[in-house]
Amino acid sequence: MVHLLLNSRLGSLVSLAVFIAVAPVAFPSVFYYEIGASIFIAALAVVGLNLLMGFAGQVSLGHAGFWGLGAYAVATGPTHLGIPPLVSLLAGLLLTMLIAWLVGRPILKLRGHYLAVATLGFGFLVTMVLTNEVRWTGGPDGMGVPRLELLGFIIRGSRMWYWTSAVVLLAGVWLALNLVDSPTGRALRALHDSQVAAAVNGVDVARYKLTAFTISAGYASLAGSMAAFSDGHITPTSAGFLHSIELVTMSVLGGMGSIIGAVVGAGLLRALPQILTSLHDYEQVVLGLTMMLIMIFLPQGILPSIAGRFGWRST
Amino acid sequence: MPELMQFLFSGLTVGAIYALVALGFTIIYNASDVVNFAQGEFVMIGGMATFFLYAAGVPLWAAAPLAIVAAVVVGIALHKLAIEPARGASVVALIIITIGASIFLRGVAQIAFDKQYHRFPAFTGETPFHVLGATLLPQSVWVMAGAALAFVLLWQFFERTLAGKAIAATAGNRMAAKLVGINTDRMIALSFALSAALGAVAGVLITPITLTSYDVGTLLALKGFAAAMLGGMGNPLGAVVGGLVVGVIEQFSAGLISSKYKDAVAFIVILLTLFALPHGLFGRGRVERV
Repeated sequence: MVHLLLNSRLGSLVSLAVFIAVAPVAFPSVFYYEIGASIFIAALAVVGLNLLMGFAGQVSLGHAGFWGLGAYAVATGPTHLGIPPLVSLLAGLLLTMLIAWLVGRPILKLRGHYLAVATLGFGFLVTMVLTNEVRWTGGPDGMGVPRLELLGFIIRGSRMWYWTSAVVLLAGVWLALNLVDSPTGRALRALHDSQVAAAVNGVDVARYKLTAFTISAGYASLAGSMAAFSDGHITPTSAGFLHSIELVTMSVLGGMGSIIGAVVGAGLLRALPQILTSLHDYEQVVLGLTMMLIMIFLPQGILPSIAGRFGWRST
Repeated sequence: MPELMQFLFSGLTVGAIYALVALGFTIIYNASDVVNFAQGEFVMIGGMATFFLYAAGVPLWAAAPLAIVAAVVVGIALHKLAIEPARGASVVALIIITIGASIFLRGVAQIAFDKQYHRFPAFTGETPFHVLGATLLPQSVWVMAGAALAFVLLWQFFERTLAGKAIAATAGNRMAAKLVGINTDRMIALSFALSAALGAVAGVLITPITLTSYDVGTLLALKGFAAAMLGGMGNPLGAVVGGLVVGVIEQFSAGLISSKYKDAVAFIVILLTLFALPHGLFGRGRVERV
């Protein structure tokens, strides 16, 4: 039963949807909706990052930069340019993907750690601009974000954001699952295993890497916009190095190359600090320790390791 | 002109620290293929432990070596407890482990030490020299001379001693090194110890100028990593040159362009360099076996 649900594309999507729908039954307070929404939004970015890292095999240590671009698009658009929030979101999404496409062309020629440092540098540059262009971004203190209006509805409150982000996440997961099983997905996996072998077999390596990079940037931008809307306030740290690392960690912990694993990783890393706040000063110690232990004992990530133990296949 | 000299001096001072961190990255990477993002925490341990020993009444000349020993112990423990058990894990998994270690060490430092900024006095007073119209702190001379000495000693170690050559052999080809009877695990542990010591030395040297706190490691690791990549990963000379270049660019752009964008200029230079030379300034492209 369980492996049937994890095995098929529709199965994993349905089990995720059922889980999201049923989870609120166990919520003791509204606060849990808020955490839920933040998990779904982070998971959306991680699903995108997973396409790049887990399937195309390219590391990005600067993905929070794209998140930041999406977040500031919906903050500056309505505030400074008078563009409606929803239009700002879409414009931000397209702009971020355009930037990713332009930046990706030279950057993706680099391999391994050189690619890591180049993406890290990109994220750093975005953070610098967001921190220093005070007139547009409010500087290090950040700026307020207007509410999102959808078809005359104003989306506000933890409950509403829980359901909104859940729907967007499910759409994102559905899109990713379809992409993975398409010729593009197979090409990505081929170049993950060996770029040379993929090229020999006629895969246009440069083009597919760029495609994965651009799409994953789009996911991050959308997640950034949603996070900005639901929090109502943004700061440049959302584009910073530590946030990039957090996204990568979510992707790796959950299991690279597993779309549902991305959701698991995001859930764990967003929920953990909430549980750990009761530990006060020991929060960082336990967080660091958890990251190390999971990677030492489940190097494939949580979901694929567990699935492997029971002989399931996980997508 | 005096202004430019001033920028050069401060650039070489921070650059020397980046170079030491980058060198630490290089040594561990060469021996074990691990990029150790906890490298900056060694710098933090060096500075913080020295300060707390000094504050407890230990003279500086004794506190600094003790702090370096503490960092070495942490370095070896990191290898034994976190890196060795994860043998065979993917590159990204190893990166996450070292980042986890860096968060963990920061957390421990927060509890064992505190969250304040600290400094201890400069080794030989604070009266600046005047060189070519620019001022030069005596501690800056210590930093540059200390980094230069560390580099020369390290170079001699790798060239002249059996242990150094054994590490070089492990870096070159682990299987072959094993076959000629080298205990490669011990050599990798030694490389962690060496690179922890280098980081701690950097922490001891720079704290009187820039202060230290439990969280200084992150940015240093970032700059050191970038410097190592600029020079060409795995190349010790490249790490030193990369560190100095990043430091000098940073200070010149802070002085001539804008202090707000000093880090940005350094990263733009790194990006442009990598576009032109995808393996860094001194790195050689490896032929990929299929």
